[in-house]
Amino acid sequence: MSTAEITGGGRTPWLLAAPALLLFAGIVVVPIVMTVLLSFHDWGQYKGIETVITLKNWREIGTDSYFFEIFLRTFRIAVLVTAISVLIGTPEAYILNRMASPWRGLFLVIVLGPLLISVVARTLGWALLFGSTGLINVALVRLGIIASPMQFLFSETGVVIGLVHVLVPFVVISVWASLQRLDPQIENAAVSLGASGFRVLRRIVLPQVMPGILSGAIVVFTLAASAFATPAIIGGRRLKVVSTLAYDEFLNTLNWPLGAAVAVLLLIGLAAIIVGSNRLVERRYAQVFR
Amino acid sequence: MPFLELQSLTKLYGDAVAVDGLSLVVEKGEFVSLLGPSGCGKTTTLQMIAGFLEPSAGTIRLGERDLTRIKPAARGLGIVFQSYALFPHMTAAENVAFGLEMRGVAKSEKAKRVAEALTLVGLAGLSDRYPRRMSGGQQQRVALARALVIRPDVLLLDEPLSNLDVKLREEMQVELRQIQRTVGTTTILVTHDQGEAMALSDRIVVMNRGRVEQVARPTDIYRAPASTFVANFLGKINVLPAIVTDGVVSIGASRWPAAGTTTNGAASVSIRPERIIFSESAGLAGTVKSRIFQGHHWLLHVATNAGLVAVIAPNDGRAIPDENAEVHLGWRADDMALANSERAS
Repeated sequence: MSTAEITGGGRTPWLLAAPALLLFAGIVVVPIVMTVLLSFHDWGQYKGIETVITLKNWREIGTDSYFFEIFLRTFRIAVLVTAISVLIGTPEAYILNRMASPWRGLFLVIVLGPLLISVVARTLGWALLFGSTGLINVALVRLGIIASPMQFLFSETGVVIGLVHVLVPFVVISVWASLQRLDPQIENAAVSLGASGFRVLRRIVLPQVMPGILSGAIVVFTLAASAFATPAIIGGRRLKVVSTLAYDEFLNTLNWPLGAAVAVLLLIGLAAIIVGSNRLVERRYAQVFR
Repeated sequence: MPFLELQSLTKLYGDAVAVDGLSLVVEKGEFVSLLGPSGCGKTTTLQMIAGFLEPSAGTIRLGERDLTRIKPAARGLGIVFQSYALFPHMTAAENVAFGLEMRGVAKSEKAKRVAEALTLVGLAGLSDRYPRRMSGGQQQRVALARALVIRPDVLLLDEPLSNLDVKLREEMQVELRQIQRTVGTTTILVTHDQGEAMALSDRIVVMNRGRVEQVARPTDIYRAPASTFVANFLGKINVLPAIVTDGVVSIGASRWPAAGTTTNGAASVSIRPERIIFSESAGLAGTVKSRIFQGHHWLLHVATNAGLVAVIAPNDGRAIPDENAEVHLGWRADDMALANSERAS
């Protein structure tokens, strides 16, 4: 075998990678490029889509406070869901990790359970619980905690609860993975130096699982910001988020170019946030963990 | 005066006995090794002293205090773990400072003591390094400094050198001993390496199957092992069948005076291979079966009518018998240890 063959100059690598590249281009790049182009086209009630280049859709999103409100709401929901998921998921992963072996497996299945059920079925279940005569409201009223039923359905609170339920497992998995990398003796080491249980957690365990928490948070944030089923079922028509807005523009108003502009803006926003926070994590922890 | 005192310390896992009624008294400033094969209970013992495992029975006393039920954080012991267990998100200095911080030591004193500790282990210039950027030996030193800086009553070392390569391990042995002498901290080392135990310890506790086989100084334990297990665990040894009759030991066709008082009957004799010399006529007769050159010594195996005997001869310029040569093996009566036949296996 000659050296040239080993170092692989020429066309061979490209030919070998071609099927995967074609598939990637066909199902990812082409649709995105087409969506971006679509967002610059014009649309009218009677003339339909006109293949001209215009900034009309972008100007509309930029100036109409209706869109601003929806983007802000989406961002707010995503941030809340991320924060709550991290607050629930991190301790959950830690406790799971410390459990004895038969229980650990059992509870892991329970924690990951939500991922095994269809989003629609699970969210409809929440809708049943949330109704004004649903289990949660009836229980709260009977217990005398609240005087009259609370508004969960069609409210941000309901959407946040529904999304947290779906997304907590992602934080658990991510934190779990970084807990597995912890030296099993490290907590004992801290304890032998006189640290209390709380200080071991805060000073030793938490900083080491921080990259896991942050990557879990990024996953949760992107999934929450682009979630469709939960806001559509629990939020309904009244409480729109970006993905249900794009859906409505495409399928109800039939204003595809405007819907495309909304979708592209969501994509850009999420990409910016992911890349930005990834940079932050890498810069902050490169010294220690790489 | 007893300083650290373990009394009938026992640890059960279900029906399995990990440590079986271990009693040991350690003097202040002493360096004691727990030596044994894996699964002998040495690490379990260390974990009980540290407080990470609760004993099933028995007590642990340190000076006037009963440590048995005290939480590990309140025991004030310094521990060096096999994996070092350094905090990867802290620099060397921060790692060392952690124990002082937990004790609420004032900032200026903390800085002084951290610098002292790092200087003691020879890492004065590396205080701002993260563990991941240090070699195994350097991490080992940080772990040692971190354990010593809190001025512990007892220093516990859990196989601290087993992750280092042979050369570095020997260097660290010398250094560890020096540091321990300097600070004078009572130290307990857990190891499966007999060389390490002999090089470092004032006394060795040989453990097997959760029980203490022998407690003695390294030279004594090597010269007079209390059991076949101890003899085999600490270096090479020949165990030969013998018969004792009225103060005379017969091995094959050779006769030796029995040292001390002995009972008549079948016995076994243990002799270290390096204590055996070749002689012209007297002693145990045999034929050299093999000879292997090992640098600073030769290892020979001699077939005798008492069995195969290993002999280590120093490479000091004297002639070494060829293979198949007829030889006689001799040793001083003091160099052989007699034991009842039941104990030999």
